[in-house]
Amino acid sequence: MSEVTLTINNQKVKAEAGTTILEAARRVEIDIPTLCYHEKLAPRGACRLCTVEISKGQRSRLVTACVYPVEDGLKVETESKRVIKIRKMLLELMLASCPGVKSIQDYATRYGITKTRFDVEPSFCILCGLCVHYCSEVKGKNAIGFVGRGIERRVVFFPDIAAEECPKCGECFSLCPTGVLPSNYALARLPQFTYNNIRL
Amino acid sequence: MPRLNSATDLEKLRQEILAHRDPNKPCVTICSGTGCHAYGSEKVADTFLNEIQSKNLQKKVDIRRTGCHGYCERGTIVVIFPEEICYLRVKPEDVPEIIATTLVEGKIIERLLYEDDDGQKIIHEGDIPFYKHQRRIVFGPNRFIDPKSINDYIARGGYAALAKVLSEMTPEQVLEEVKKANLRGRGGGGFPAGIKWETTRNAPGEIKYVIVNADEGDPGAYMDRSLLEGNPHSVLEGLIIGAYTIGAHQGFIYVRQEYPLAVENLYIILEQAREHGLLGANILGSGFDFDVMVHRGAGAFVSGESSALMTAIEGRVGEPRPKYIRTAVSGIWGKPSNLNNVETWATIPLIINNGVTWFTSIGTEKSKGTKIFSLVGKVNNTGLVEVPMGMTLREVIYDIGGGIPHGKKFKGVQTGGPSGGVIPESLIDTRVDFDELTKAGSMMGSGGMIVMDEDTCMVDVARYFLSFLSEESCGQCVPCREGIYQMLKILNRICAGQGKPGDIELLEEIAEVVRDASLCALGATAPNPVLSTIKYFRDEYEAHVEKKRCPAGVCKALISYYIEPKKCQACLICLRNCPAEAISGGKNLIHIINQDKCTKCGVCLEVCPPQFDAVVKLSGVPVPKPVAIGTEVKRKRGEKSE
Repeated sequence: MSEVTLTINNQKVKAEAGTTILEAARRVEIDIPTLCYHEKLAPRGACRLCTVEISKGQRSRLVTACVYPVEDGLKVETESKRVIKIRKMLLELMLASCPGVKSIQDYATRYGITKTRFDVEPSFCILCGLCVHYCSEVKGKNAIGFVGRGIERRVVFFPDIAAEECPKCGECFSLCPTGVLPSNYALARLPQFTYNNIRL
Repeated sequence: MPRLNSATDLEKLRQEILAHRDPNKPCVTICSGTGCHAYGSEKVADTFLNEIQSKNLQKKVDIRRTGCHGYCERGTIVVIFPEEICYLRVKPEDVPEIIATTLVEGKIIERLLYEDDDGQKIIHEGDIPFYKHQRRIVFGPNRFIDPKSINDYIARGGYAALAKVLSEMTPEQVLEEVKKANLRGRGGGGFPAGIKWETTRNAPGEIKYVIVNADEGDPGAYMDRSLLEGNPHSVLEGLIIGAYTIGAHQGFIYVRQEYPLAVENLYIILEQAREHGLLGANILGSGFDFDVMVHRGAGAFVSGESSALMTAIEGRVGEPRPKYIRTAVSGIWGKPSNLNNVETWATIPLIINNGVTWFTSIGTEKSKGTKIFSLVGKVNNTGLVEVPMGMTLREVIYDIGGGIPHGKKFKGVQTGGPSGGVIPESLIDTRVDFDELTKAGSMMGSGGMIVMDEDTCMVDVARYFLSFLSEESCGQCVPCREGIYQMLKILNRICAGQGKPGDIELLEEIAEVVRDASLCALGATAPNPVLSTIKYFRDEYEAHVEKKRCPAGVCKALISYYIEPKKCQACLICLRNCPAEAISGGKNLIHIINQDKCTKCGVCLEVCPPQFDAVVKLSGVPVPKPVAIGTEVKRKRGEKSE
């Protein structure tokens, strides 16, 4: 693999071609915030928190660091004015939908957000999808998945698969940034039914 | 049907078809597009068939069910060739008269003709103002062709472009033509098709795909539908030419399941093309192999986004993915995949047949050719129109569309579907092309054009489009999922009369982030309806927020109906018609609306006789205190109660 050199926050960084801006930044300990990224999983650019500003020549663009491949001569700003504006709004939006989640609170503090201007409609799940993608990509089981669209999007266990697979595994529990996943699972688990003494 | 093994075979077949057709034999064409279908065109066509049979005229008259003619406002449309006599709003009851008078006696039925503003009757379809100002190169053949008949298509020179490409041109030459024609994608983005083709062609890899995007989902838009329903072979011909150029051997047509007739036609025409040797192995004896699969969409708006569409074809949930590596390089199953819209594909054979010079002579400097729009909303002639790029919105709305009904004032036009924006009256002379519409804060989109009159509330319009987008967001990324939802909540609040100071600024703040940070184009363009209406109609937002007034009188929470006691003649009409029983009064007693019971349906205003004009709609002002119940109407001497 060939090597490229890019500049992240005025710091020259070498990276292997085909890797991403986020990987390059993390290697030199430049911290770009993420919620939906995990090194074992394919990046998806869903939380958009890792948005950074890149430029090559005059024009600058906003891209997500977790997916954007490094390029030779690329200039990356991880905390530019535009980037911070975006992160602040995203965190404010997330404080309205999942105010109790520690990673969101921590990032909010880091970017100086103390309260949200939106009505709080609290949910446990931040929809980062780590559990869903871990189960399908690493375990190949698809016991957990997304249902619904837009604001109705939810993570659910599919009882028939989950009843079979999850008791042996439970690895996604530790990935969940909210810590609520095990209880969700407990609620979704198929109880063992008996009917006329026949176990179903 | 024997296979066609060369361009000569195709031409021979065409001559054979034409030899069996007498150009002077009357042919009754009945529009069977979606609009006319809703008017009952099927019954009209069946009645024609039965009547012609019972009168034993089968040998003298041909009947043809064609695709959409576009003038949907006046369906069912019947055009009789060779004279091109155009009858509008034809009902099954009119059929015997048409046969007896026009087909047998050769006379025209005046009452079924188009009548212009001066009462002048117009006989020929092409002379009707709605059609006269159009340039229907892509959409025009619809009216001559039975979409289920490959012979109809071949008779009009169909597949000649494919034959030419396969027998006379190298893929490089075709690519050069498409690039020179500067054909820009009709799906909305306006990206040059030739450059996209070239990227896919040059991308490494043996396996490549070409795809038709027929996931048309904008509310009120049905151009692609009408092409697939009316002239599907033209789309397929374009696709095969594209495949040959790019080096693809497999194509997909992604079509909405909600378009049953389009789906049905596609299966029929693909089979016809295979039987004729126009699809499958060794097309027209050229050695080029290519086949097509139909993929039916499961009803998600976002699946029209290229990467989501490709994910759906792979058999997964149709959600977009980041496209830092373009789908032209890494699309379906990571293979180079070229996606174009229905209209783009249908334009390709025209460019090959008529040449680049002809094509580039139509349109503006940077937007060549024509564009089909679905002209809907508050406009007299609703329907599908095809105009050269560069025509002004005024020409489209007034010359073709016939202006605004009921003498109302034009207020704005929404172009580009839910992701587009509203263009105000001050910009009505904007030329319709990719760049000018974008400059005006809207976009071409796939070609929706919704005309709005003075009775349209712009905050409500923005609210409507955002509620559509909030339901259609896939929910994957935070700005689109949460941002649109919060914008919608603010708009709902403003429309409900609960707007707060700072709401407009907050909308702008969220909009900017949703635009800049969203994963795909759905999110990136979702703020357009909000931003464009704030830009051009900020005063309307301010009236809602600050004065709790809806200037257009649309937002129910901000309006009240009131009966002016001095004008009320106690005619009982509104009282009897009120569905909420909110009006009290009686004979000779002034009618009063009980504001607590009133549902603001507006029936009282509609039914109050114009000579009294007693009911008024109020907004932003308190409702005057009603007169005491039981107050009698004061009449002048000699006047009688109604």
